[in-house]
Amino acid sequence: MHPFSFTKAASTREALDAGRRGGRYIAGGTTLVDLMRETVERPEALVDIAGLPLRDVRVTERGGLRIGALVRMAEAAAHPKVRSLYPVISEALELSASAQLRNMATIGGNIMQRTRCTYFRDVTADCNKREPGSGCAALHGHNRTHAVLGTSDACVATHPSDVAVAFAALEATVHLLGPDGERRVPFADFLLRPGDTPNREHALKQGELITAVEIPALPRPLRSGYLKVRDRQSYEFALTSAAVALHVRGGVIREAKVAAGGVGTVPWKLPAVEQALIGERPSDRLWAEAARHASDGARPLQHNRFKVELLNRTVERRLRTVGGMK
Amino acid sequence: MSTEVPESAVPSPAGAGESSPAPSRRTFIAATGVVGGSVVAGGVIGGTRLLGPEEAAAADTSPSSRVSLTVNGTRRTVTVDNRTSLLDLLREHFQLTGSKKGCNAGACGACTVLVDGQRVNSCLTLAVRLEDAEVTTIEGLADGDELHPLQQAFVDQDAFQCGYCTPGQIMSGVGCIKEGHTGSPEEIREWMSGNICRCGCYVKIVRAVEQTAGRK
Repeated sequence: MHPFSFTKAASTREALDAGRRGGRYIAGGTTLVDLMRETVERPEALVDIAGLPLRDVRVTERGGLRIGALVRMAEAAAHPKVRSLYPVISEALELSASAQLRNMATIGGNIMQRTRCTYFRDVTADCNKREPGSGCAALHGHNRTHAVLGTSDACVATHPSDVAVAFAALEATVHLLGPDGERRVPFADFLLRPGDTPNREHALKQGELITAVEIPALPRPLRSGYLKVRDRQSYEFALTSAAVALHVRGGVIREAKVAAGGVGTVPWKLPAVEQALIGERPSDRLWAEAARHASDGARPLQHNRFKVELLNRTVERRLRTVGGMK
Repeated sequence: MSTEVPESAVPSPAGAGESSPAPSRRTFIAATGVVGGSVVAGGVIGGTRLLGPEEAAAADTSPSSRVSLTVNGTRRTVTVDNRTSLLDLLREHFQLTGSKKGCNAGACGACTVLVDGQRVNSCLTLAVRLEDAEVTTIEGLADGDELHPLQQAFVDQDAFQCGYCTPGQIMSGVGCIKEGHTGSPEEIREWMSGNICRCGCYVKIVRAVEQTAGRK
């Protein structure tokens, strides 16, 4: 691990000042410390933001939900409002990592976590995300767990978060605070596809701080859930996953929010699946037909061809489970 | 019965080195490192800590911080290299070697301790962040000579073979019981999944957690 200076921000203002001078924010630290030890991350100055007052969960005036950036994964998952209003968020969180890591990691840090691509984590391997211009060892390497959607010739790494898939499905907004004040970024614009610059992963500007993630109000009743498919039953990243939320009234699907994880370079929203559902009556046939669109545009690699069909089936199964709820 | 396992009684994961009065694994490794020569210059911080060449080179100039925290009821103040994990602070500075270094990457759970009552991976926790924190390790769990109920349950259920993961399993189990995720063997398995046991003692570990949770 490379040496670094350490300061603890006593206030948001202090944090922003340190951030503007190039300090790197540390919240739960579960990704950052791990990658610092691998020398993938080499910050010169760490700014501890754990003490900042960004730990509340509350229902907004518009009937949505605002989750503070420093709310721990475990706290968010267990929060009564999260559990009752958006079970898909609680489920995605509780299927992530381990109980210990969920006690440490924060909501803001979770969406900022870096890819699990082994070549990214190995400083001796070529990786355009870590070392722009060095090439992508995964493109023709061991790429069984890599992305099939949103990839480029420069990068095929997946975004590893589960709860970010739920946030993408529900069309959340990321609240930011920077030297120039507050701004809000739609979740779809917050995480960036790799393109030619896989080292650019998010919309944060230098020194900006995530303060909250806001979930918009959705028509009620809303049924939702998360399904995660992986190589072992627990404590593992997704091969494929599906976040689904449905509003059914008068026997007809009026609203559908669907996204997939484990398959995209960013959490992958599925508008074609949503469009195939809206206005239709729930049926097993509908779930299967709509889920066929999940892998639209997929570009499998040598070792992850199985993900295409697995993705469709994952989405179909979660649609059937959520759609069949009483 | 002592509440602290003597260093010489700590079994090696490889099952070797049981015969006393052989030097402990720690002493042996430290001595080997010095003989090896590459870590001699400026390489020793806080007694026995071993540094890689890169760290050793940086040791003289590497920023450090002072931190005061409570470990097993005892207030401690130390100045540590900012890179020091809570796990290394416990093992190398405080000689509390019950918490184990398995993967050092948050993937195995052998380093699990309680910080302010919550189970966490001490290998991913920077020590300098723990000002005023309350840390409980496996050494602080027993009440005098009386084992914590979960420690006793691990003995009763024979819930280990090599024992390397056991301190982490027990600390994680204490957290799991406190969190209330012990409704069924399946629930215990899910909420204990952050602790890997290479010997495969999961069935008995689950029983030990059940036994303890049932008594509450």
